[in-house]
Amino acid sequence: MTLLAVERLDARHGLLQAVRGVSFAIEMGETIALVGANGAGKTTLLRTIAGAHRLSGGRIVFKGVDVGARSSHARSALGIALVPEGRRLFSRMTVEENLLLARSAGRAGPWTLDAVMTAFPNLKARRRSLAGTLSGGEQQATAIGRALMTNPEVILLDEVSLGLAPLVVERVYAQLEGLKASGVAIVLVEQDLKRAMAMAGRTICMLEGAIAIDGPTSSLTREDVTKAYFGLRRNDEHGASA
Amino acid sequence: MILVNQAIQGILLGGYYALIACGLSFMFSVMRIINLAHGSLAILSAFALYVLADRFDVSPFLGLIVVVPAMALIGWALQRTVLERSARGGLLVPVLSTFGLSIIIDNLLFQQFGADTRSLAPYIGDLSFDSWAITDEIAIGKLAALTLATAIVLLGGIQIFLKRTQLGRMIRATAEDADTVGLVGVNARRVNAIAAAIAMATVAISGAFLAMRATFDPYAGALQLIFAFEASVIGGAGSLWGTLLGGVVLGVAQSLGASVSPQGFFIGGHLAFLVALFARLFFGDFGPRLRRAFLGRAA
Repeated sequence: MTLLAVERLDARHGLLQAVRGVSFAIEMGETIALVGANGAGKTTLLRTIAGAHRLSGGRIVFKGVDVGARSSHARSALGIALVPEGRRLFSRMTVEENLLLARSAGRAGPWTLDAVMTAFPNLKARRRSLAGTLSGGEQQATAIGRALMTNPEVILLDEVSLGLAPLVVERVYAQLEGLKASGVAIVLVEQDLKRAMAMAGRTICMLEGAIAIDGPTSSLTREDVTKAYFGLRRNDEHGASA
Repeated sequence: MILVNQAIQGILLGGYYALIACGLSFMFSVMRIINLAHGSLAILSAFALYVLADRFDVSPFLGLIVVVPAMALIGWALQRTVLERSARGGLLVPVLSTFGLSIIIDNLLFQQFGADTRSLAPYIGDLSFDSWAITDEIAIGKLAALTLATAIVLLGGIQIFLKRTQLGRMIRATAEDADTVGLVGVNARRVNAIAAAIAMATVAISGAFLAMRATFDPYAGALQLIFAFEASVIGGAGSLWGTLLGGVVLGVAQSLGASVSPQGFFIGGHLAFLVALFARLFFGDFGPRLRRAFLGRAA
């Protein structure tokens, strides 16, 4: 069943059109790797879906409801969560307060404070520390935990491993595997192609604001994606209309 | 002994300054709005209480039951109609719009009530002059003590509210990053309107104490704004316990200044404000750059 459908989505930064007519659909429980070079429009796309960036054209349909005109807090109340690039934690509040804040979405579900602490044991000892004093890995865990506390049906993860030590990245991904098993749909933006493709059942590659390639990961080779990534194969059988 | 008395009276006076600074400091810390209509709004609530007392025989304390919610409502409406829009234009636009607002409020009050000075003191019976004699030379006014106690309870209550409740967390998070709170389900517009309502509720309370302890007229708001501003800055704008401390420092400085010379009351307060301001500039975030500019490379 389709959970989220994006139809001909346009998003702009002033005169620059960052996302051009992007269409795709996410099934319930699906995991999608969203890849593409810097400036391809991945972050803007995720922010527009979450309502943090204004939609300038097209539709965003979530569980049959057109949410394109709704505010970000209304969308999080419906079950869309974004872990923003750079984490954007409330640095003057404690880890626990950051997590509790997400209860404002008003969605009951399996993700409670205790559940997050169990899923991210590295946060337990830092419960009462200010978010601004955390290490990168702890911050990322808090940001993911905060998004989970809204009990979302789809979670959009922007640059999860950016700025993290390799060992910490391992741990975050182990936690994401657990999340995937819980049935939440995941859209994962990641620079590390290999890692993203290992995790996701489907890969979407963006190029200059449009989708260059979209297909089951099993049918794509890394080379296919790399070519799409650099714009070397836009008009062949895999390419969306470019 | 005179000095001790001056210090004690200064601390008590500081309670009033902390009370009037509370709303200003809260609004700045949460919404980054410097509300220049703050003093005029306090006078507006003083007049509201005066009308209730004068025409309907309602004691000012009972009158607060009506005036506090009414001012909260005004705060909500102000945020939605004026402040929210002007805050979008940057930090300076709200300064202009609230300045305009203060002129409108002052003159509407003048048109309605004229230039007569009024006070709520006649409506609170003995409380306006009763005191406890501690020694032969030191007496503590009951109203002043009540003012200080109210300031402590109010500031402490808001502090606990911000720390412990979900709404408090929402207000703090919105203050820190209004764009991101939406992503975790917080309606930033609503939160800011609630915060403005809370700020105006405190303004109503400070207006009541202002009118009970002294006299007021339609143009008395500007001076109250200055006191509130000085107390906020001395205490570090945005920190509520700091605001209490700032009020007390201001009160003590004024009171000690007055004991030096009759003109010293205001000068003492302004001096404390300037010292705190420059100390903040020189030892705060801009300190290193300023010290270099003023003292040359040698420093």
